[in-house]
Amino acid sequence: MKLDPRIPSGPLEDKWTRRKNGVALVSPANKKKSTIIVVGTGLAGASAAASLGELGYTVKAFTFHDSARRAHSIAAQGGINAAKNYQNDGDSTYRLFYETLKGGDFRAREGNVYRLAEVSNNIIDQCVAQGVPFARDYDGHLANRSFGGAQVSRTFYARGQTGQQLLLGAYSALSKNVGAGTVQLHHRKEMVDVVVVDGRARGIITRDLVTGELESHAGEAVLLCTGGYSNVFYLSTNAKNCNVSANWRAYKRGAGFANPCYTQIHPTCIPVAGDYQSKLTLMSESLRNDGRVWVPLKADDARSPDQIPVSDRDYFLERIYPSYGNLAPRDISSRAAKRMCDEGRGVGPGGRGVFLDLADSIKRLGHGVIEERYGNLIEMYERITGEDPYRVPMRIYPAVHYTMGGLWVDYDLMSSLPGLFVLGEANFSDHGANRLGASALMQGLADGYFVIPTTIGDYLANSKLPKVAPDRAEFTEARQSSAAFIQKLLAVKGHRTVDSFHKALGLILWEHCGMGRTKESLTTAITKVRALREEFWADVRVPGEAADLNQEIEKAARVADYFEMGEVMCRDALLREESCGGHFREEHQTEEGEAKRDDENFCHAAVWEYAGSGKDAIRNVEPLAFEVVHLAQRSYK
Amino acid sequence: MKLTLHIWRQKARADKGGFVRYPLADVTEHMSFLEMLDVLNEELVVKGEEPVHFEHDCREGICGCCGAVVNGQAHGPQKGTTLCQLHMRHFHDNDEIWIEPFRSKAFPILKDLIVDRGAFDRVIQAGGFIAVRTGSAPDANGITVSKEASDLAMDAAECIGCGACVASCPNGSASLFVSAKLSQLGLLPQGQPERLKRALAMIRKAEEEGFGYCSNYGECEAVCPKRISIHHIARANCDYHKASFTVWQGTGGKAAR
Repeated sequence: MKLDPRIPSGPLEDKWTRRKNGVALVSPANKKKSTIIVVGTGLAGASAAASLGELGYTVKAFTFHDSARRAHSIAAQGGINAAKNYQNDGDSTYRLFYETLKGGDFRAREGNVYRLAEVSNNIIDQCVAQGVPFARDYDGHLANRSFGGAQVSRTFYARGQTGQQLLLGAYSALSKNVGAGTVQLHHRKEMVDVVVVDGRARGIITRDLVTGELESHAGEAVLLCTGGYSNVFYLSTNAKNCNVSANWRAYKRGAGFANPCYTQIHPTCIPVAGDYQSKLTLMSESLRNDGRVWVPLKADDARSPDQIPVSDRDYFLERIYPSYGNLAPRDISSRAAKRMCDEGRGVGPGGRGVFLDLADSIKRLGHGVIEERYGNLIEMYERITGEDPYRVPMRIYPAVHYTMGGLWVDYDLMSSLPGLFVLGEANFSDHGANRLGASALMQGLADGYFVIPTTIGDYLANSKLPKVAPDRAEFTEARQSSAAFIQKLLAVKGHRTVDSFHKALGLILWEHCGMGRTKESLTTAITKVRALREEFWADVRVPGEAADLNQEIEKAARVADYFEMGEVMCRDALLREESCGGHFREEHQTEEGEAKRDDENFCHAAVWEYAGSGKDAIRNVEPLAFEVVHLAQRSYK
Repeated sequence: MKLTLHIWRQKARADKGGFVRYPLADVTEHMSFLEMLDVLNEELVVKGEEPVHFEHDCREGICGCCGAVVNGQAHGPQKGTTLCQLHMRHFHDNDEIWIEPFRSKAFPILKDLIVDRGAFDRVIQAGGFIAVRTGSAPDANGITVSKEASDLAMDAAECIGCGACVASCPNGSASLFVSAKLSQLGLLPQGQPERLKRALAMIRKAEEEGFGYCSNYGECEAVCPKRISIHHIARANCDYHKASFTVWQGTGGKAAR
């Protein structure tokens, strides 16, 4: 597999400018002749479709939801970073770049991350102009708050609903284009395959989720904006319908899958309550601005939290990481919480939880201020648990939240399959081995609003792309194989439900490929996943028919992909003999229990290549070159 | 606890549909309402029956996918709560629960509890935006907005587009949904140039989609999971009347006189 990152030469701060100045342009008259297919309408997809439609391309956008406003970007709570330095606290593009790169444990490309920091300011401008109601100070200017992994205040927010407001902004831009006829929007259609003609992505196959019909759509380029794969763990903070299938089918058609083992465990989620649990709920990291995290000093302390005096409490993040305290990055905070629970000091049912206590801030700032900052989060916690955080500390525990791994892309966001571009969480590019808070929204919008509108033109202008019709043999073949796959699922007619398999798969991965991983655990996981996959194909029960609205088919197809993907994730984790960011191999840690990187042998992205059905995927490598930054051990002490 | 569920089952849009009774045991108080339906569906699949289809996604009360009328109330008995965030501790042992889709002329039923809310999207496409090209925005702090206006705009912007307001309104009106968007954009300086044109376009489109008029029942506000206030309807009506008397007639953007 050829993996040329195509990073522009020259000084770091000039790379993006150089690229912009160097791209070939498509003339306004020719733009409408190119059809661009955009799959997914979250932040990345909606912003890309709107911006490309505006430029004059023929854009066909697809969402499996009933509306383009529902993608899981909407659930991001805390905020979006930008290097505006409105607070005059020393922020700069370089600082945002450096902190993002360091936060990712030096496993991302310098050039990509610098570009992200560079366009961050344009995003805020764009969103404000669209009417996104960011929080403001009394003087009418924009407010900022701090977030994990940063020592400046650079996070813009809209109460606890920043993702919602940004997505509605992008959705409104998309809607404007749909109304104007510059974007064709297809609802309730799920992509089931990428169609490759003469070595290039030239279309997709979709399944109409109401009628079950498989349809062909041809174009000059395909953009996957299809999110991450946290739901491989079954329980995660992702929405129930988030899935890896679009990315996985593209992988099977020739797009490399990079760093699947980089999964992020978010430290502040509501702990699991029972085995009927269908998903986990995140409590925004912003709560750590005003909440203090603690556990009882002694193991098995059964007293209620208000009966535990301060002298018997361990504010462990403040103790271990004094300079960042409760705002230590996500991977580090999560592992610290797990260690406390492993020591028997966890709280709540099953001892899998730590306290997040707002009491000191309520005393200092008053009930009103805390309510204004976090009211909706506190209310949500109360609804779910039946406990009142104004009186009792919240209980939190880490949960899978985001996946840094994804389809490999070059600097122009093109995958190893020419003509297939990947944006947002679906790609692997900017967060390395760990994503900092408030950076996902930034990346999704950077890719959609500002990167792809520039880079896609270069591909279209420089490629010979004869028109292809959707009745070509390649489309027919893809449609037939998708139909056969669905028939195969229906034909098993076994005894177990799809969800029961998904839960079992998730449990294997969480135990063996979760917060702590070892050679032994990963080897076990691979064996178990394979065995369960066989059982799935022998005993799953998918009721109903293919030509109908059938949610069990949707779930079954996604779970079938998760089985394959989960195995590759474990193999990736097994072969990465180091710890970095969210990937923690217990064999590789410092004496203090922190992640120990091996820059000599693993300063690269691992890119998995599909080798055919029943064959082991092939591991390729893209070395990471650092021209500006000195690789340091990450320290937040 | 043990429950008796009466759920609306309808195979497809053209079918008549009707309530089906399902007894359900082993429901615990910490389950969400949708998790309770998951448990039922697992039982149905094992028995070889088709599960109850319902729309859902984030299960955090923000995506706006879920929703059903529970015992006559959209999203069920808890105020300011979507169905996915409603927990079974609000019900009692041996309760009978009636579950049916969000019904309205403008929301045709697709299957069981799933309805087509595409009309909402088309109303937004008619004008629910501030037209700004990507890359043409001025510096964000170049536009100052008073905190009061910004907070009010945010109150309106919290709408999740679930459709509970429409399902609860005796007129099947989408006024709360439409006015929340008009209010959000109309309160901000960025939204001023298109303000009246937007009011005209969105309200006319809503009418065309088959939504009814508002006659101040207030049912929408009562069931809104985001507690959107009907004050926004007053503000929208004000803009709409201003627009009808003074400026753009029709959607072509031409001055009437």
